[in-house]
Amino acid sequence: MPVIQYREAIRQALAEEIERDPNVVVMGEEVGQFNGAYKVTEGLLERFGPTRIVDTPISEAGFVGLGVGASMLGIRPVIELMFWSFYSVCFDQILNNAANIRYMSGGQIACPIVIRGPANGGTNVGATHSHTPENILASHPGVKVVVPATPYDAKGLLKSAIRDNDPVMYLENTMLYGERGEVPAGDYLVPLGKADIKREGTDLSIVSYGRALVQSLAAAHLLEQEHNISAEVVDLRSIRPLDMDTLLASVRRTHRILVVEEQKPFCGVGAQLAFMIQSEAFDELDAPIARLSTIDGPSIYSPQVEGEQLPNPQRIVRAAVAILD
Amino acid sequence: MNQGESGTGRQDFGGAPANLGLSADQRVGLYRSMVRIRRFEERSLRAYQAKKIGGFLHLYIGQEAVAVGCCSLMGRNDHVITAYRDHGHAIAVGMEMNALMAELYGKVTGCSKGKGGSMHFFDPARNFWGGHGIVGGQVPLGAGLAYALKYKGLDGACMTFMGDGAVNQGAVHEAYNLAALWDLPVVFVIENNGYSMGTSQARSSAGELGRRAEAYGMAWGVCDGHDVYEVRAFMDGFLEAARTKCKPSLVELRTYRYRGHSVADPDKTYRDKAEVEEYRRTKDPIQVFQKILIAEKALDEAGAEKIDSEARAEAETAAEFAEASPFPDVSDIQRDVYWEADNPSERKSGGRLFFN
Repeated sequence: MPVIQYREAIRQALAEEIERDPNVVVMGEEVGQFNGAYKVTEGLLERFGPTRIVDTPISEAGFVGLGVGASMLGIRPVIELMFWSFYSVCFDQILNNAANIRYMSGGQIACPIVIRGPANGGTNVGATHSHTPENILASHPGVKVVVPATPYDAKGLLKSAIRDNDPVMYLENTMLYGERGEVPAGDYLVPLGKADIKREGTDLSIVSYGRALVQSLAAAHLLEQEHNISAEVVDLRSIRPLDMDTLLASVRRTHRILVVEEQKPFCGVGAQLAFMIQSEAFDELDAPIARLSTIDGPSIYSPQVEGEQLPNPQRIVRAAVAILD
Repeated sequence: MNQGESGTGRQDFGGAPANLGLSADQRVGLYRSMVRIRRFEERSLRAYQAKKIGGFLHLYIGQEAVAVGCCSLMGRNDHVITAYRDHGHAIAVGMEMNALMAELYGKVTGCSKGKGGSMHFFDPARNFWGGHGIVGGQVPLGAGLAYALKYKGLDGACMTFMGDGAVNQGAVHEAYNLAALWDLPVVFVIENNGYSMGTSQARSSAGELGRRAEAYGMAWGVCDGHDVYEVRAFMDGFLEAARTKCKPSLVELRTYRYRGHSVADPDKTYRDKAEVEEYRRTKDPIQVFQKILIAEKALDEAGAEKIDSEARAEAETAAEFAEASPFPDVSDIQRDVYWEADNPSERKSGGRLFFN
């Protein structure tokens, strides 16, 4: 199987869906002539032309809202936010309009839009560019939220998202764009709302998604090598819909849970997971549910410190060992 | 096509190209549509006062010639989107009073099954896309509808209505820019009733509202909005330019609302009652058009009276229908949220969509 970068996997998904469905349009800042701020869309303008690959001005409320309106008439816009952090300037368009249009019309209108882009810290770009809004997005009924961690999942989830008739928020990670993995060359789908056991284990379950999942896999390796601890690693992949069945099955196998998220702790995804796990599998737990989040403060610039603010393998190992102590 | 000022004084617009071809029945139809809007609004106000309607109720009384004039020009591929003062547009595009009144009453027979309320009427089958509550938030959506028309190669235009209170929102300017930059077939229509809630135009907006189009290289124009013939004559060229040349424009229709911003507005702080009475006496869109039609002999007083009593009866019947209709069920709260949840046999995703 070909080994390609995460960004190339996203690009393949975009290209295949553009070829499959004439209503798919890729739109965003610098997606065309510039070849993508992170080179995700590199070469697509040359291949598909300016009708399918549309450069926008820096005007998120304008072009996201335009995408919502176009989707109501059957276009399938895939809108790139250069950073998901910029959702704050188009919040009304995403979370009032895209999220509610179906409901407020009594089910008469569908909004098949995908909004995608990176949502992460770790690149020393400071607090304004390091938001991880998956919890905020997922707290709005009407939208779906996915966060792929691997190139394989990135391609399969994006293809599913583009074919979905609901608005899907697709959160990437600039730190993963260059990561490589096996990705089939042709058409395949990863369904939304299906978690994936990325590593089997017996002593505890680390539940994570996105880049924190990659860090968790590295931590699981260290736990085995240095502490003789067998960690299962569950990749949620999708925040809403949420695959609780896979998660609860893992709880029943290991009886100890560590949630790892690149979120600030207050009302983060991990808080929701912890509530649901204790509510639905209380008797299965042999220890309090533990949670490792980004250290609670605005994202620090200092390159020497930011890595310690985020989940990293060392922090995850310490949290895991503490559960088993 | 920069028309600038037009239509001061009592010109006859019945002979304008947009109106010349109208049959007597069609002319009377415009009148009937305006009367139906007004009687619907008056009846809904009584229902609100009787506590049958919750939340907000933004009445369109006084502005009828704008929605009727504009929407009567719609062809098969023309679309409409507006803000929260949306009852007039809904009736003008042909929505039935029963479904509208039932929506106000929060009933399951409402046009949005009781999930939208007064500010959120929709009828995509009639090319009507709402009904939007956040000031200016619908304007990028209107540009998007126009984008879709152009993308699909359809000869249509999207009339994107907003109030004069919306023009200072950033999203509105972003939509202007995209429409002009990409030559989208959209006509942005400012229904200028003089007040953004309780703040007059002079206290809220610098410069001329329509002229802001010049900064974007868009055609623009200003017109009185109380004579339905004049509205049609004025809008016709802008719509045609959008449909056939993908040329966007920004138009300002000067109108007036007789009631407060919403029924919660006591309307005592920001304008004089004499101002309302002066408009009602000289520019009431229904009275103005009734006089025109009588002069044209398309209508007589008995005919006007009949239309009025029919409209009152229709609104009354709608209130009875709404009253007799059931409320939605609590289980309806989680319907119409996700397409996939509403179409379980076609669902592709797994996992939970709802969390209680």
